[in-house]
Amino acid sequence: MTTSPLLDASGVAKNYGAVAALRNASLSVLPGEVHALMGANGAGKSTLVKILTGAIQANAGRILIRGEARDIRSPAAARRAGLLPVYQEPSLIPDLDVLSNLRLTGTPVEPFRAWVRELGIPDLDLRDTARDIPLAVLRVLDLARALAVEPDVLLLDEMTAALPANLAEKVLEVVRRQGDAGRAVIFISHRFVEIAALCDRATVLRDGETVGVVDIVPGIEEKIVELMLGTRIVKTQVARSASEKAAVTPARPRITVHSLRVGTKLSDISFDLWDGEVAGVVALEGQGQDELFAALAGSIKPSGGTIEVDGSPVKFAHPIDAIRAGIAYVPGDRSEALAMQRSVRENIALPFSAALRNWGPIAMRKERATVASAIQRLQIDTRAQGEVQRLSGGNQQKVTIARWIAADARTILCFDPTRGIDVGTKQEIYKLLRELAGHGKSVLFYTSELEEVQRVCDRVIVIFGGRLVDIFPVEEADEPALMRAAYGLPRGAKADVGILADPQSPSSGTIP
Amino acid sequence: MSHFLRRQGWVTGLFALLIVLFIATKLIQPGYGSGDFGSLARAVLPYAFAVAAQTVVVIAGGIDLSVAAMMALTSVTAASMMAGASEEYALFVVPFVLAMGFVLGALNGLLIVVTRVPDIVVTLAMLFVLQGAALLVLGAPGGGAAEWLKAMISGTVPIPGLPDTIDAWLPKALLVLVVCLCIVWIPLRRSRLGLSIYAIGSSELAAFRSGVPVARTRIIAYALSGLFAAMGGLALTMSTGIGAPIPGPYLLASVAAVVLGGVALGGGKGGLLGPIVAVFVLRLVRTDLTLLAIDPNVTAIIEGLIMVAVVMFGAFITMRGRQ
Amino acid sequence: MSSTAITPAPVPLGRRLKRFMADRPLIPLVILLVILVVILQILRPGIVNERWIANTIKFAIPLAILAGCQTMTMLTGGIDLSVGTVATMSAFIMATQVVNQDPAVAFLLAMMPAVLIGLVNGIGVGVFRVHPLIMTLGTSLIGTGCLQVYQRTVIASGAKIPDFLAWLGTGVTYGFPNALLLFVPLAALIIFTLARTGFGRLLYAVGDNERATRLSGVQYWQVITALYITSSVLAGITGLLYIGLIKAPSLSLAEPLVLPSVAAAVIGGTSIFGGRGGYTGTIIGALILTVLTTLLTILQMPEGARRILFGLIVLFVTAAYLRIVEER
Repeated sequence: MTTSPLLDASGVAKNYGAVAALRNASLSVLPGEVHALMGANGAGKSTLVKILTGAIQANAGRILIRGEARDIRSPAAARRAGLLPVYQEPSLIPDLDVLSNLRLTGTPVEPFRAWVRELGIPDLDLRDTARDIPLAVLRVLDLARALAVEPDVLLLDEMTAALPANLAEKVLEVVRRQGDAGRAVIFISHRFVEIAALCDRATVLRDGETVGVVDIVPGIEEKIVELMLGTRIVKTQVARSASEKAAVTPARPRITVHSLRVGTKLSDISFDLWDGEVAGVVALEGQGQDELFAALAGSIKPSGGTIEVDGSPVKFAHPIDAIRAGIAYVPGDRSEALAMQRSVRENIALPFSAALRNWGPIAMRKERATVASAIQRLQIDTRAQGEVQRLSGGNQQKVTIARWIAADARTILCFDPTRGIDVGTKQEIYKLLRELAGHGKSVLFYTSELEEVQRVCDRVIVIFGGRLVDIFPVEEADEPALMRAAYGLPRGAKADVGILADPQSPSSGTIP
Repeated sequence: MSHFLRRQGWVTGLFALLIVLFIATKLIQPGYGSGDFGSLARAVLPYAFAVAAQTVVVIAGGIDLSVAAMMALTSVTAASMMAGASEEYALFVVPFVLAMGFVLGALNGLLIVVTRVPDIVVTLAMLFVLQGAALLVLGAPGGGAAEWLKAMISGTVPIPGLPDTIDAWLPKALLVLVVCLCIVWIPLRRSRLGLSIYAIGSSELAAFRSGVPVARTRIIAYALSGLFAAMGGLALTMSTGIGAPIPGPYLLASVAAVVLGGVALGGGKGGLLGPIVAVFVLRLVRTDLTLLAIDPNVTAIIEGLIMVAVVMFGAFITMRGRQ
Repeated sequence: MSSTAITPAPVPLGRRLKRFMADRPLIPLVILLVILVVILQILRPGIVNERWIANTIKFAIPLAILAGCQTMTMLTGGIDLSVGTVATMSAFIMATQVVNQDPAVAFLLAMMPAVLIGLVNGIGVGVFRVHPLIMTLGTSLIGTGCLQVYQRTVIASGAKIPDFLAWLGTGVTYGFPNALLLFVPLAALIIFTLARTGFGRLLYAVGDNERATRLSGVQYWQVITALYITSSVLAGITGLLYIGLIKAPSLSLAEPLVLPSVAAAVIGGTSIFGGRGGYTGTIIGALILTVLTTLLTILQMPEGARRILFGLIVLFVTAAYLRIVEER
């Protein structure tokens, strides 16, 4: 077929300061096809989507729609060009009713109604306020609203996530027919089952570049996993010597999590964390790991289940409670953890002043010594220590960890500490986490980079759709195995397991 | 109907509260009659416009601290222009002052959008500036107002065919208030612009993704706020016959009435009716306290306490909503 | 291992200047102050003499203390608009109570409303999360109402200014205003608190990144409540000093100082968004404003123009500050 593509983006690049979110992405979508856009966390999928829908502007690259170069400056411009996105977060205005939302976007009402019925929601009242509508239905409405204006290219971001099975089925059905009508759909999903069932081709991104465009045929999963991982598929050795392992096995776990539940994001998670180990957590973006860490850190209250510290149950109402129990949380986003305009010293010493009794004069000499030893231990480059915001990302991350080294926390919850920092610092952080475990501390370590798991962890906990998929011993946790598990595919299955994965399990808990 | 009740439940409750207060007033002072209601309506007028001004920006997700100062400036401008001038000249003064309010309001919005300084700081700075400008226009209370303007809000509306006893309960001030608010609000509510104002207050990201021009909508919201404030300034001049350069207690009152009227301080929710009813409630509480022969200064304290309590309650609700 | 160090690149002059301004905000401030004094001297040759300086300092001190309240609250991203009312209340209560009471008792009575208003402000802002501006404006209205009621109860007994306060407020010893006896230790205490105590550190940290302090175990409401009480007490003390200077108790005694106190803190380099600033700059800011006021009076600039100028200063400085921070 020699049809010209509906949408043809090439050489798209986007920088945030010195960080390149996209280097050289391309995406070409033919009329009548459902095209999957895939990539691991941080590969640049969402950045590309934002550029295509006018939410941000690219620094370089060319976007052709029906062969014409278009400059998509705003979401409104993207709409006019025939590109319509349906985001993971529904973009209906929460405080307006459905009808007003339609008017706001100039969507015709009758086609919308027809689509809503088609998608399996027979009894929608257009006067309902969006806020009162369950999330799953809202996402379907968002889709119907997009369909109603008959866009040339429809962009669906994780469309079936959080949908109950019956709705998801209808949605997939409608999406497939969209392709038959000569329009195109860009389908972003973490679920191989859906992609196998629905898509014609897939574009795979890695590190901000398009690394391959493949036809979807049975057994292609392995190839896609390979593309997403790149050449790093070689097994890295387990970098650990016997001496580093804790000499004595403690009698009871440091933290026991039992049937932990947080809203609809996390359900029935149980595991132990032992002194002297680094336990890894692996999950795709937004599978509930954020809530797991926040609950352990005392930032949010779990809605069910128990957390035990040293054998006794605890309830955290404020992070201070977790800190008193010796649990410290290092968030992934450094801007969440640091007072950016303050000095390295003040940032490291911050927990010292937290309690009311420590509000008095500071023992400067003692503090300086403690802080200096933490800085020394983490080898923080302190040439720009007057303000943390002038440090490099890696050094900032070190400061967030140094704070809890100085405070001598027994358990550290590290949420993706190596995101967006340079290789050298990454190595130092791996070494540090191992050292901590060697000194009998316990570390829970979420990482979005699978290769880190075998370098650092003793065990790996894999979460998908808010549920525990598996707990691997590190020896079995090579990247392909982890990647498969992270996509909810069971351990030890053969390459073309697509249809074996149960599509209902991740979403069965979210029926509205 | 169920929709109406669910949405308007808060406002309905306020109406009920208002009626209870009226009954209480009648019990405290059996002689409370149409004349007293007329003066209540006149007293409410500037407050109501201040609240309308605040409501628009709060719905758009902002806040306007310069409302009272804007009223003072527009009031003294009107008063000083009309002082000693002919009756017809006022026909020019009114649209001029309204346009001034609109433009200064738009300036508020423009500064917020362009400088990216938070709304609360920009409007605080504007509060200083407008206050100063008011003092430059008139150093002390003074000026004048056209007779027909003053007459517009005193007395009642004669409706042919209605007995005087009912007529007497329709003060002109109330009519002016309803007409002025409706002329702006009803077309706005029905337009896409109105929807956009709600949209940016409810969720700026969702609004942006729905193709709403966020910056432009914000500027217009502040401009409308300025327009309402100018109406409030004119109302001040109309009821007192002069202009006073020192801003009245309208800022906190407007925030309190907005909260009491069911408009969330986070934005996106509520309408104009609730806050306006809330103003009547707050004013009537004052009337009742006065009728109970409570020291007017104590009345001021009680009023202040009510307002602070309402604002705290509103913040508390917003906080709970966020969690 | 310093492979991650920022590689030194040639920095353009504009950015260097900005960084310099951000690092050493005091130097340009002092230069501005000197320029203003020079202009004054040129406009009115001979006006700058020992007496004028003592007088300027005398009037700058109450402003500087109130601006200290703003500095501390602004460091946490707040503001305290009730300082004017609090100062007025304590001054008025002092002047009326001292007629029949022991000065010590009168002093305690005078400080009571300050503590109370500070407490209410702190709870409103720290626990209920009302915006500080609205909260402090509300308590100041209530305070004014209470003061009016109070005034009627003491109208018969009259008022007097305690000699000590008059001496402190207006007196000059060896060319130095006596008010410095109060101000110097107070300023030293504030500066020390901000720089060298846990509480001061928390003020900066809370204003810079509240979430980060929460994760470090800081309880927001404790910090905020303590802060607003401190601010109110300082305002109360200012009231006592100010009544000694003005010597005429009235119900709007310190109100005219509120606006300039905000402006002084902003000029002094304290960010209205929180996390950055200090009291030294604020003191110079207060001096600048006092000199500026003299200048405007000499130029016969009306009160209205002065307010406009203050408003524009706040807006301009905030916007400029935003640019400095962003471009880093």
